Amino acid sequence: MEIALSVQNLSKKFGDFTAVKEVSFDVEDGKFFSILGPSGCGKTTLLRTIAGFYEPSAGSIKIRDKDMSGVEPNKRPVNLVFQHLALFPMMNIFENIAFGLRRRGEASREIEKKVNDILERVGLPGFGNKKIDQISGGQKQRVAIARCLVLDPSVLLLDEPLGALDAKLREHMKVELKKLQAEVGTTFVYITHDQSEAMVMSDHVAVMNSGSFEQVGSPQELYHNPKSSFVAQFVGNNNRLPVKVHKDERGNFLARYLDGRDYLLEGEYDLSSGEDHDLFIRPEAIVINPPKESEVSNLMRCEVKAILFDGGNSRLLVIPEGTNEELLVALPQNKQYDNIRVKDKVEIGWNKAAAVCFKKVEFKIYDDV
Amino acid sequence: MTMSRRKKIKWSFFVFFIPVFLWLFLLIVLPQLELLRMSFLKTDYYGESGVTLGNYLAFFTEPIYWLTFVRTAGYSILVTLVVLIIALPVSFYITKVADFKITNFLMVLILVPFWVSELIRIYGWMILLRESGVINHFLTSVGILREPVEMLYNDITMVMGLVYTTMLFMIVPIIGVMESLDDSLIEAAHDLGAKKITIWRTIIIPYIMPGIMSGSIIVFMLVLGSYLTPNLLGGKNSIWFTEQIYNQMIIYFNWNQGAAFGFLLLLLSSFIIWLALKLTKQDWRTVIK
Ligand SMILES: Nc1ncnc2c1ncn2[C@@H]1O[C@H](COP(=O)(O)OP(=O)(O)OP(=O)(O)O)[C@@H](O)[C@H]1O
Ligand SMILES: [Mg+2]
Repeated sequence: MEIALSVQNLSKKFGDFTAVKEVSFDVEDGKFFSILGPSGCGKTTLLRTIAGFYEPSAGSIKIRDKDMSGVEPNKRPVNLVFQHLALFPMMNIFENIAFGLRRRGEASREIEKKVNDILERVGLPGFGNKKIDQISGGQKQRVAIARCLVLDPSVLLLDEPLGALDAKLREHMKVELKKLQAEVGTTFVYITHDQSEAMVMSDHVAVMNSGSFEQVGSPQELYHNPKSSFVAQFVGNNNRLPVKVHKDERGNFLARYLDGRDYLLEGEYDLSSGEDHDLFIRPEAIVINPPKESEVSNLMRCEVKAILFDGGNSRLLVIPEGTNEELLVALPQNKQYDNIRVKDKVEIGWNKAAAVCFKKVEFKIYDDV
Repeated sequence: MTMSRRKKIKWSFFVFFIPVFLWLFLLIVLPQLELLRMSFLKTDYYGESGVTLGNYLAFFTEPIYWLTFVRTAGYSILVTLVVLIIALPVSFYITKVADFKITNFLMVLILVPFWVSELIRIYGWMILLRESGVINHFLTSVGILREPVEMLYNDITMVMGLVYTTMLFMIVPIIGVMESLDDSLIEAAHDLGAKKITIWRTIIIPYIMPGIMSGSIIVFMLVLGSYLTPNLLGGKNSIWFTEQIYNQMIIYFNWNQGAAFGFLLLLLSSFIIWLALKLTKQDWRTVIK
């Protein structure tokens, strides 16, 4: 596979402040690559540096093996879909999409054909004569993407293009965008702070935290094998339990939780720099009242605080006995748990392999959802 | 109940409206109507009077009159264009490039000249530019000029003066529109392959066109109707149209002719503006906004 975009040790400083720190990654041709991170972690800065609006403070950017240092944005084979779309209000939709082609000096016959083709592609045939303020948010979205795709860029950069849409439409556009990318086969580099967007659409996701990449991998890898506390917390839903890790006489590692009990851990831990850790258990990895014969490694006694009904995404809010903590537990809607009521005592269980544990670190996730 | 309520509203409406109405009517509409009446009156040396179109016809039959107007209008258009060409990059710099503190400083710099009266400003220019003035003194003492030259009383100085005094009225409306121009539009155009000049041509100028048009109309009208600057700085053998009106009224005491010239000035300048709006395909309603 050919590498469409290669970024090596890229840093970007604004004065003393480092917005992007030594970021490296490669994107293969035709892939959907997402950069996922909380607000203010430097995603836009990274994307704008790739597009050529910022000069990198260090590191290199190569597009299809061509070094991009000193190349102006209008000369780079990448196009950027802006966070707020930036459609030209003084032009109709046809002219918006034709803009880039006209700058290349293509023949007007050719332009007309290409614009109509791409309008068809994004599902807006015959919209050419409409004005920008005559179409809906989702349609604007597609025009903004069509305006870049018509130029057939080596890499299409998208800066949270679904951010301005309402939840329902965003759900819909996620799938649309993924389909469109598969159809046209253009390499997409997509940034978002919404982990579900990144998971649904991407072949690979990079998780970004305050300027640097924490982990790069497929959505499944990030979900099942997070490499850091931040990734475990940010990708998918997770319960975070403050624990103290210690080793018993048989060499097993155990996590002592606030309820005073020990829970089995998978793997080895280095306890030389303190025993404070965070244990992460996904709500969907927890079984409620596991049958006696099943082999769950850990059992915990809790009291039900609330039942959060949300169809297929329903959960139970429980309080482990002897603590003030709250845990979320997936509540499958298969009638089996319909008799559970608030204030009931339940037992929850999980397999030690389904939980991960990391050294305690402080970070903030500014999530506006 | 509702009737009396409605009456009350009407009452208060009149209380507030009447002073405004009187002010507009007595001080603006009435004198204009009187001038309009006068412009159709005949005067000759025998004191005979009657209604005539002669005052208006005189403008077209006497080349000196319409030539003055053509020259005035031509220079007004020239000044408007020069002001526009300077105002575009200046407004762009103020709104998009300079940071906040410099922006305020630049705005003050543009406003300061208007804190002194036009007359004082022009005398300031005269002190600088006249034969025995500061600039001549400096240039001769440095040795660039052998002997002082007269920089006043020519058309170039006059155009410079007019550009200087009207610049603000172009910059303010353009800045008003340009501030609302989203930077990402410029970046998007750049990203899609446009060069700087193309960005100006296809994005910035179309976007700020309402600002350009209202600024141009104000500047054009101000220059066309200005009196002090062209007369004090301009060449002696070329005369501004407002001076023609002044001469008719004050020197020849021919108020009827002067009034006719006044209305011709109004009509012709309106026509020029209408033509300019037509040519640039602008709607006057968006411009007024
Ligand atoms: N031009 C700039 N000058 C100085 N600091 C900047 C500049 N642009 C961004 N920053 C800082 O860099 C950091 C990263 O900003 P960036 O816009 O890249 O975040 P982001 O991840 O895109 O956030 P969001 O999800 O809110 O869009 C922020 O702390 C911001 O204040
Ligand atoms: Mg951003």
